[in-house]
Amino acid sequence: MYKTLIIGNGIAGVSCARWLRKNTDDEIQMVSQESEYFFSRTALMYVYMGHMRWQDLEPYERSFWAKNKIDLLQGKVLSIDYELKIAYLENEKTLAFDRLVLALGSKSNKFGWPGEDLEGVSGFYSKQDLEYIEQKSNNIKRAVIVGGGLIGIELAEMFHSRKIPVTILVRESEYWSSVLPPEEAAMISKHIRKNEIDLRLNCQLQSILGDQGQVNAIVTDQQEHIPCEFVGITAGVRPNIDLVKGSQLSTDKGILVDEYLQTNIPNVYAIGDCAQLTNVSKGRKAIEAIWYSGRQMGETLAANLSGNTKSYNPGIWFNSAKFFDIEYQVYGYVPSKIVAPFDSIYWEDPAGEKSIRLVYDLSNHQISGFNLMGVRFRHEVCEKWISQNSSIQEVLAKIRMAFFDPEFYPDYSSGILDAYFQKTGKKIIPKSSGKLNAVLNFLKS
Amino acid sequence: MFHRIVKPPFLNKLQWIHLGIGVLTISLLVLASVNILFTDDDWRFIIFLFATSITGFAYHQYREQSEGVKNNGVWFGSLTSRGLLAWATALGLTAFYCLLYWWPEYLGLNASGNTGLIALFDPLSMLLKKQAASQWFVYGVFYTLCILCFGYKFLLKYKHNKYQKLRTISVMFFQLFFAFLIPEWMLRMNLPYNDLKNMWPLNYYFFDAWNIESFKSSGGMGWFFLVFGLLMIFVISPSLTYFFGKRWYCSWVCGCGGLAETAGDPFRHLSDKSLKAWKLERFLIYSILLFSIVMTAGVLYTYKTGQAELFGISTAEMRKSYGFFIGAAFSGVIGVGFYPLLGSRVWCRFGCPMAAILGIQQRLFSRFRITTNGGQCISCGNCSTYCEMGIDVRAYAQKGQNIVRASCVGCGICAAVCPRGVLKLENGSIDIFDRTPEKS
Repeated sequence: MYKTLIIGNGIAGVSCARWLRKNTDDEIQMVSQESEYFFSRTALMYVYMGHMRWQDLEPYERSFWAKNKIDLLQGKVLSIDYELKIAYLENEKTLAFDRLVLALGSKSNKFGWPGEDLEGVSGFYSKQDLEYIEQKSNNIKRAVIVGGGLIGIELAEMFHSRKIPVTILVRESEYWSSVLPPEEAAMISKHIRKNEIDLRLNCQLQSILGDQGQVNAIVTDQQEHIPCEFVGITAGVRPNIDLVKGSQLSTDKGILVDEYLQTNIPNVYAIGDCAQLTNVSKGRKAIEAIWYSGRQMGETLAANLSGNTKSYNPGIWFNSAKFFDIEYQVYGYVPSKIVAPFDSIYWEDPAGEKSIRLVYDLSNHQISGFNLMGVRFRHEVCEKWISQNSSIQEVLAKIRMAFFDPEFYPDYSSGILDAYFQKTGKKIIPKSSGKLNAVLNFLKS
Repeated sequence: MFHRIVKPPFLNKLQWIHLGIGVLTISLLVLASVNILFTDDDWRFIIFLFATSITGFAYHQYREQSEGVKNNGVWFGSLTSRGLLAWATALGLTAFYCLLYWWPEYLGLNASGNTGLIALFDPLSMLLKKQAASQWFVYGVFYTLCILCFGYKFLLKYKHNKYQKLRTISVMFFQLFFAFLIPEWMLRMNLPYNDLKNMWPLNYYFFDAWNIESFKSSGGMGWFFLVFGLLMIFVISPSLTYFFGKRWYCSWVCGCGGLAETAGDPFRHLSDKSLKAWKLERFLIYSILLFSIVMTAGVLYTYKTGQAELFGISTAEMRKSYGFFIGAAFSGVIGVGFYPLLGSRVWCRFGCPMAAILGIQQRLFSRFRITTNGGQCISCGNCSTYCEMGIDVRAYAQKGQNIVRASCVGCGICAAVCPRGVLKLENGSIDIFDRTPEKS
């Protein structure tokens, strides 16, 4: 029986603890500086908007942890002695361990802008950030958000829900155009403006100005002066590895781990946002600050720690988000610039808030990815088509099997089949009704 | 210094005006109950004011709102977060139900000529069925108005979601015609009062001697009601539940469900999601189902044999206490009166024996389930929060496991509020006994 210490109680650390408990009788101790109980970080925005209370963000009842003999401790780890196998905490507390799991998460990027440490300037990542924003955004006249990613738009929606005017500065020519293909990026830019957000494209932050330590304006690279009382910094996140930097643990941007999530020190592991893979599987990145990657890493590591050796395999890429009212899903390979040998078929609803894009390889007609705006697709079906190299024609003929919108929603298959006909001159006859039985049979086959 | 309110829900000027009309309407109704102010034809004016305040408020709330789910400020507003307004509303509703069930004379019910609130609706009742109004007629009028007006509000809130719109139109239709107009019209035709969609055991008086006798003495139509009622219980309802799950009844047809889904919608998130509540739910709902079966068997035994007692217990007493504790106190006073405190489906979840039977059928043999979309769940908790039946939907979704729960009424709100497109209500026949595989 080992004593496993997990630092960080985000989705990676908690998944590891839960699966370790399922598989073993090990002693499990979790420690987190941020909160005593695990919560869903992705849902922080909904507390600010009044959709949910803090306790609704906790996926497990508080009694769950004691019942499963997972010890929780809220506190800050100051340093780790890897030889003695002891973690030193504030208040001279110590925690001994046989095995150490580092699940330290991320922190918001800052790029040394003048004024970035003024009061009223904050990223949006942690429980403490949420509390800070709640306190600093009361009764303000304008908020400025710097950076055009997934957290930026969440912050914009939060302020919008409280009728706080928002300006967003985005470096790119359309919103999130570093990731989304041009049509989809333009759709999102338009949708953001429809929601009365002052969206500044091709625009960067030059400096943040303050008065008595409190932010009161920003200046853009076009020398425009925008008065504001809050500045949200949402220019991405990076691994939160201050605790282990400069120790004998190998780090680069994150903590370096192999495909078994093992660091260079025996019995020390890293998972989730803070881990940087040295052996990256195809179509994936070395650092992925993504909810489900954390979950998968936690599960994989728990298997390894229970003697069931398993290498980390995140599978085919997927992700999802929501931009105000437009849901976004992606499965497989969908680059922002689609170049040979890849091509794509694109259908957009006339109202301009729904679209379907199928990316495929022109040389062999194999499907490579799906990009959906305002339309829900079925994960397992898309994944199966991609993994078995289905042809674009076969996918189109059975495209109804992929629709995951609620019952009675419109059927977009004729739109996407038309788009294929426009592009190639080839007509495709639909072959599947898309009924659940057909889907189940396909997934079992 | 004056501080503006900085958190939603924000009401615009026109919403405030319609709220004012609503307060005025309620004040007028209270005045009418104590015989002040009204003449015979004022019922039209009252109905007009009542409908205008709700539909006008809703129209101005959603008029400029873009399509999509917006629960902004649900946990900030006093009415929707068990604040002072919620307690006041619950008290008011509870008081109204107590008068309605046990002291209708204070609402003006009088055999020798109604007064007060009930007299106000005598003209409408005469118009529909050529009889003076009863407290149940007045209740039926307001119940139907609530489902229609708050149904309109719900249609606006979910204008982007066709599933939500269709089932709301369905409950509005069944309430207006099957629960209200057709039974009243039957009384006018000297036929027995009968709400065709309201089957035993929710309709617990179906097997009462007086009800059976009234069917038998009403010729062909009466026999049709009797046979149709039996077919509903044993054939039609299990078949529909096999194909679509219990939602065909609970959130498309039922009147209790109809009120919960429309007037109760602002309170759906108040349902308790704890494991403890689930345990209490299972204990209560199946106990009440057993009670209703024993009570009905006793009543039928007495009807058949003329014996007043079954195993030494008076069947009439049993029937009486079921009516008092379950029919009135639970389904009415607690079920609706406590909407703002316990959520909109307290009766459906903890009490309704019909829901219990349909739930067993749904759990054991139905094509229905809620499917989850691969690994897309981010455990945000919107689905669990907005589940009116208190199901911890997230617990299944984050495991990638389909949801087959006896209590699920298939309202589809979990799928609507999910920001990642994870949930879908579906029917499939090929895996009925293996619908909930755990994936990770």
